[in-house]
Amino acid sequence: MKLWTRAAAAALLMTVAVPATAAECIAPANPGGGWDFTCRQIGRIMTELGLVPNMVQVTNLAGAGGGVAYTQVVSKRSDDPEVFVAASSSTTTRLAQNAFAGATADQVRWVGSIGGDPGVIVVAQDSPYQNLTDLVEAVKADPSSVAFAGGSAVGGFDHLKVLRMLDASGFEDLRQVKYIGLDGGADAITQTVGGFAQAMTGDLSEITGFIKSGDVRPIAVLSEERVEGFEDVPTAKEQGIDTVSMNWRGIYVPKDISDERYQEWVDMLKQVGESEEWQQVMTENGLEPFSVYGDDFQTFVQEDIAETQEISREIGLIQ
Amino acid sequence: METLSNLAMGFSTALTLYTLILAIIGCFVGTIIGALPGLGPSNGVALLIPISFSMGLDAISALVLLTSVYYGAMYGGRISSILLNIPGDEPAMMTTLDGYPMARQGKAAEALVVSGVASFVGALLATIGLMIFAPYLARVAYQFGPAEYFALYMLAFCTLGGIGSSNQAKAAMAAAIGLGIAMIGMDKTTGMPRFTFGELHLMDGVDFLVAIVGLFAVAEVFFFIESHGKDSAIGVKLGKILVPWRMLRQTTGAMLRGTGIGFVAGVLPGAGASLGSFLAYMGEKSIAKDKATFGKGNPKGVAAPEAGNNAAAGGALVPMLTLGVPGSGTTAVLLALLLTLNITPGPLLFAERPEVVWSLIASLLVANVVLLLMNVPMVKIFVKILSVPAWVLLPGVTMIAFVGIYSLTGSSFDMLMMVGFGVLGYVMRKLNIPTVPVILGILLGNAMEDNLRRAMVLSNGDFWYLLSSPIAVGLWIAAILGFVAPIFLRRLLKKPPVPTHDPSLNED
Repeated sequence: MKLWTRAAAAALLMTVAVPATAAECIAPANPGGGWDFTCRQIGRIMTELGLVPNMVQVTNLAGAGGGVAYTQVVSKRSDDPEVFVAASSSTTTRLAQNAFAGATADQVRWVGSIGGDPGVIVVAQDSPYQNLTDLVEAVKADPSSVAFAGGSAVGGFDHLKVLRMLDASGFEDLRQVKYIGLDGGADAITQTVGGFAQAMTGDLSEITGFIKSGDVRPIAVLSEERVEGFEDVPTAKEQGIDTVSMNWRGIYVPKDISDERYQEWVDMLKQVGESEEWQQVMTENGLEPFSVYGDDFQTFVQEDIAETQEISREIGLIQ
Repeated sequence: METLSNLAMGFSTALTLYTLILAIIGCFVGTIIGALPGLGPSNGVALLIPISFSMGLDAISALVLLTSVYYGAMYGGRISSILLNIPGDEPAMMTTLDGYPMARQGKAAEALVVSGVASFVGALLATIGLMIFAPYLARVAYQFGPAEYFALYMLAFCTLGGIGSSNQAKAAMAAAIGLGIAMIGMDKTTGMPRFTFGELHLMDGVDFLVAIVGLFAVAEVFFFIESHGKDSAIGVKLGKILVPWRMLRQTTGAMLRGTGIGFVAGVLPGAGASLGSFLAYMGEKSIAKDKATFGKGNPKGVAAPEAGNNAAAGGALVPMLTLGVPGSGTTAVLLALLLTLNITPGPLLFAERPEVVWSLIASLLVANVVLLLMNVPMVKIFVKILSVPAWVLLPGVTMIAFVGIYSLTGSSFDMLMMVGFGVLGYVMRKLNIPTVPVILGILLGNAMEDNLRRAMVLSNGDFWYLLSSPIAVGLWIAAILGFVAPIFLRRLLKKPPVPTHDPSLNED
């Protein structure tokens, strides 16, 4: 029994013994995901650059795809100057679809984005589709002949990538697009390689291994320019479809902190984004530069949300 | 031969005095984490990831430490299943069915030794299977689409009747309750929330750990209070502690079969350890001559699921390492660990980072041996925990349950829900409805529904798609046989051996 209580007490201490004064990064998911990664890397680099006095404490606050963390920051910590929260395209997608129990994007301050994971569309090695045009033509001819697999639920960012792309290509009836949502990109890949889905969409970093091993063939990358290391993969733009889907990695802070403090966060994030350490992290993890800070980022978020809402309305996900 | 030289390389990096000490610490901590209700391998490893970073461990050491914790927790889960009738984690749930009755009959030590050895056999053979077959097995995942997965889950539910209860209708009802609970949360196929009533904490659905701890641990507390401790699970008789060689010999077959079934279930990314242990148990029961003694303390009913869940844990590493697809909650956490160490599992991992793969495999083997050595002689210590009076033990269990559940999401909502499940569990026990099918419904219901919905999207709503591949058809036939066969067998045997009520058994 002693053993049990001791172990429990130790476990308890390890999780709650946190100094309250240090800067804190909330990762709205369990350890290991993209948000946790953002927090740990930004936190580490902030410490290494001496931007913060102590170690940045990472708190994992999982739930409702970031909604639990979002509502907690809005309702309970809206004037906490020491907290910042990891965010990505999923955060704004869910906000756009009102998936955070009524919370809206203007209830926090968006600091910036320091990198992005370009979207990519791949097909199985033996697929008849050689390029994006083939695929889009097939969808236009018979939407039910092409099923897309992705790592997010319906309405999630992977689904939106497909819809945005088809929308940009002039395809009207977005409701007819077949999409199956799986648990993560790798899972979606197995369904595509197995021939159950005809194409797969995801973030480049999660598919790199499968592309290199030749299991799947990338037909378009959804970035402004071709991606380093994948120079032979054309962008959607080159193939005549003007669409870009970057899964950006950034942070937001509570709304009621002072303007000076907000500016400090922007400057700190900028320094992290420009540091050599971050460049190295990006190369190691297949991220591309995607730097937007401060007011520019606030505008970016608003526009992104507006676009997502429009498409979500078209497929009937929101009213 | 190449495998052996690779393995030697793995051992040379993973086996130093330092890492051995880490492995021992990891195994010990893991066993305790596994044994505590509410703290399972998933959140145990998740809790320790940040710690291993703050300790400044290098990649290999962190890997050794955390795989030891992982395997330790897989071993530990059985301890509270057997001794307290409270599964320490979800794959250990099946072990309560026969393990706890054995403990009530004064065979707690035997049950622990048999299950410990079964865990070892399952994990060892699965690790060997992983070494030899991983690159080929990865291809199996490509054969399983929505239709095949749906048929697989169908098989699980069709064999569910009669589990933990002599009344099939009650088991079916319990499963239906579980399936109903599984519907809560965001619907992946439409992106719409269901039955969440605007509550954000329900968006991700009901965590099965909350349900397990509520239905088992909290319900146990209610029962204890009601009976003033007289008719509670606490207070298992202690027998002599010897290695039961005869029992081990008898259960060898069960262990090997359980390992086989568990490994296959583990390799399929959508199945996982819980399904592995469940199918291992039901498989063993269906071929056994002494069916009636299952659920009443048959050692085979302990050996099969324990071998099954540990083999599944090893099997789940196959898709995790070769495809980056985690086959279970726990491998999801290990995947997270590898990612934080800047190692991206995928089809190229074996070719590009052989040192990582082989030191991982070597550390799994080391952890396994350490755990066997730790668990069999240390059975005494674990059994001794029981000699603590119930009025000390039970509040302790309750406290740990609350802490464990709080650590999941850090919200009080889950704790309230856990108490709610405790009430449900209490009522169900009063009505003599088994609770295990509820958990299975929650665990498997979501995946089953998702796959059915995906199949319908792919086929434009054509139900024949579910029977479109030989694998799916085979699974459906097995499912139908599993459902119908017991009914016919009963007729053939004229009078089924009615399970006699054992007063010492605290029937639930």
